[in-house]
Amino acid sequence: MLRTTLLAAALSAAFPAFAQSELDTLRAELNDLKTSYEARIAALEARIREAAAQPAAPGDTARTADGFNPQISLILQGRYAHLGDPEHRGIAGFLPAGHAHGTPRGFSLDHTELAISASVDPYFDGYLNLALADEEVDVEEAWFRTTALGHGLTVKGGRFLSALGYQNERHPHAWDFADNTLMYRALFGEAYAHDGVQVKWVAPTERFAEFGAEAGRGAAFPGTDRNRNGAGAYSLFAHTGGDLGASHSWRAGLSRLYTRAEARAGEVEDLTDTEAMTFFSGRSRTWIADFVWKWAPDGNAYERNFSFATEYFRRDERGDLTCADNSAAGGACGDSTDAYRARQSGYYAQAVYQFMPRWRTGYRYDRLDPGHVELGANEAFLPLSTHRPTRHTLMVDYSPSEFSRLRLQYAKDRSMENQDENQWIVQYIHSLGPHGAHRF
Amino acid sequence: MKRLLLLFILCLPCGAEAALNVFACEPEWAALAGEIGGDAVRVYSATTARQDPHRIEARPSLIAQMRRADLVVCSGAGLEDGWLPVLLREAGNAGVQRGRPGHFEVARYVTLLEKPAVLDRAEGDVHADGNPHVHTDPRNIARVGAALAARMGELDPATASRYQARWQDFSTRWNAAIARWSQRAVPMKDMSVAVQHKSFSYLIAWLGLREVATLEPKPGVEPSLTHLARVAAQLQATPARAVLRATYQSPRPADWLAARAGIPALALPYTVGGSARAADLFGLFDETLDLLLQAATR
Repeated sequence: MLRTTLLAAALSAAFPAFAQSELDTLRAELNDLKTSYEARIAALEARIREAAAQPAAPGDTARTADGFNPQISLILQGRYAHLGDPEHRGIAGFLPAGHAHGTPRGFSLDHTELAISASVDPYFDGYLNLALADEEVDVEEAWFRTTALGHGLTVKGGRFLSALGYQNERHPHAWDFADNTLMYRALFGEAYAHDGVQVKWVAPTERFAEFGAEAGRGAAFPGTDRNRNGAGAYSLFAHTGGDLGASHSWRAGLSRLYTRAEARAGEVEDLTDTEAMTFFSGRSRTWIADFVWKWAPDGNAYERNFSFATEYFRRDERGDLTCADNSAAGGACGDSTDAYRARQSGYYAQAVYQFMPRWRTGYRYDRLDPGHVELGANEAFLPLSTHRPTRHTLMVDYSPSEFSRLRLQYAKDRSMENQDENQWIVQYIHSLGPHGAHRF
Repeated sequence: MKRLLLLFILCLPCGAEAALNVFACEPEWAALAGEIGGDAVRVYSATTARQDPHRIEARPSLIAQMRRADLVVCSGAGLEDGWLPVLLREAGNAGVQRGRPGHFEVARYVTLLEKPAVLDRAEGDVHADGNPHVHTDPRNIARVGAALAARMGELDPATASRYQARWQDFSTRWNAAIARWSQRAVPMKDMSVAVQHKSFSYLIAWLGLREVATLEPKPGVEPSLTHLARVAAQLQATPARAVLRATYQSPRPADWLAARAGIPALALPYTVGGSARAADLFGLFDETLDLLLQAATR
């Protein structure tokens, strides 16, 4: 209506000589146009309403979990590290764990993670996680899992991160700090993975409770590949947890790992400070207790949230230790073998607080106890450490979105005897593709 | 320990009093399942109106509830991608996996708006299938309810007729309420509003409001001061009558902008439980309409 009047006004202003009758005809034509358009618009609106009222046939918007099949995600990680330069990096009093990835000084690329997952069919789903580095591809995980057994039962098979403890199942990109805890470094290098099977059962109770057992090849530290039939490692785990009101939630667990090693190699320094190779054969048993508590006001973690996690372990290793002949290099060892027994323990505790959207800060304390080590005759060649490795770590990180994170971390590391190391790390973690579903 | 475990396993069937355990991802679907099921169902809502359904921790308590569920009712369309898949795979409950009758995905029964033309994370946290906040249009609740009542009957045939009867009763009252709400909403047709997140697109489409600005620069990205200043400048050219946000969202961006533009910031209940009056689905829309009308007639 307004437009018609405006147009008419404009026309009469522009052509004052226009006869009134002509203006009337124009007005009438415009009105005709308007009514016909209004009728057509109304008809179209009615059709839209009709179409909207029809429920879309199920399957119209069929999709996979994230709209992609299979789901492929890629994690880009890198860092700048300002570290000391010790001759032999290790944790005092602990035999080094397998292939612990050393952290180079300066700029470096962390493992690039490629993860692919999808449903296999209505009964299974599958997952692959590759860690890519120069001239090296590690199959971190490659497994299938049942989805149709029901009754709370899930069976997993292939290579998978064991459900031991709390942090073990988390890949490095999901860690709250830029480096591993001393506890996991001493226990497993990075994390414990089985080549085997896992059976897990979730109880149908109000309070969460799950129980599981795993059997695997046992080739990973603290065990070794022993070329035999049957399983080389077993683990058991139980977790329970729940909510306290709307704001608090917790989970606690207890796990046990049994494995054996045969000629497990470890590089140490002997009493003359000469590099020496040790070989351990025997059994290794580990207890892990874990506890996690999370808080968010009304359970809304978007603005502020807090999480506290702690894990404690005890490891008992019993067998023989050989110190390989290094006399040629001026060392003390001469291929002597004697009984070895070590009962060691340690823990970490960490707190992470998101104080505003996108910003988090955290503190972690690591402490290990070299415990009681019996070396037998090897005591004449190898040092017995009474140093208690500790580390204080502070971090602050900024996440522009759920898919990217930048982190600054400072650590006061006393994991080596007589060395007080200040470590600075700047790290980035970016994830591409459908990602985001993280466990508690 | 072994005896205890045995006792535990023997006791498993003890917990099954309710015919149907419903696990609803959001309070609105919990309320709807409750309206249909009445006493015959035990409904658990995984989230509250104080929580952002995009960002939920896959807490142990949720896994325990998922384990016991006979029916899972979730919005879908990517809303729960950050946590629902974890619950589904950790709980070991075969009947509620995707594609099973025990898994009810709301987005399949309504027409989704705002389906993105380009899928790129540079556009923020976009949902590939369209906007998942479908319940803010009460007509969608009616569509979903019809399908949900049928699904509940399918899973629990013994009570199916009761579900249908309750649904018919609810549906009659609901359609009458929709007519009433539509009538009340006439004065606010074409009212311009700014929204914090695209939570109310269906409400806006239903009432014929006009969304002139979004406070989030991209979906799921926290509003920054520079962006808010831009929105404020934009509102000078195309003024809005109110800024809308859900009660679970931070009040700061909406309040800041509202003060700057001299318009009210409305904290809409968004879902059941979002305010004292929004105790059920009827209350939710009664209060939403009241708040909007106040802004429209101010």
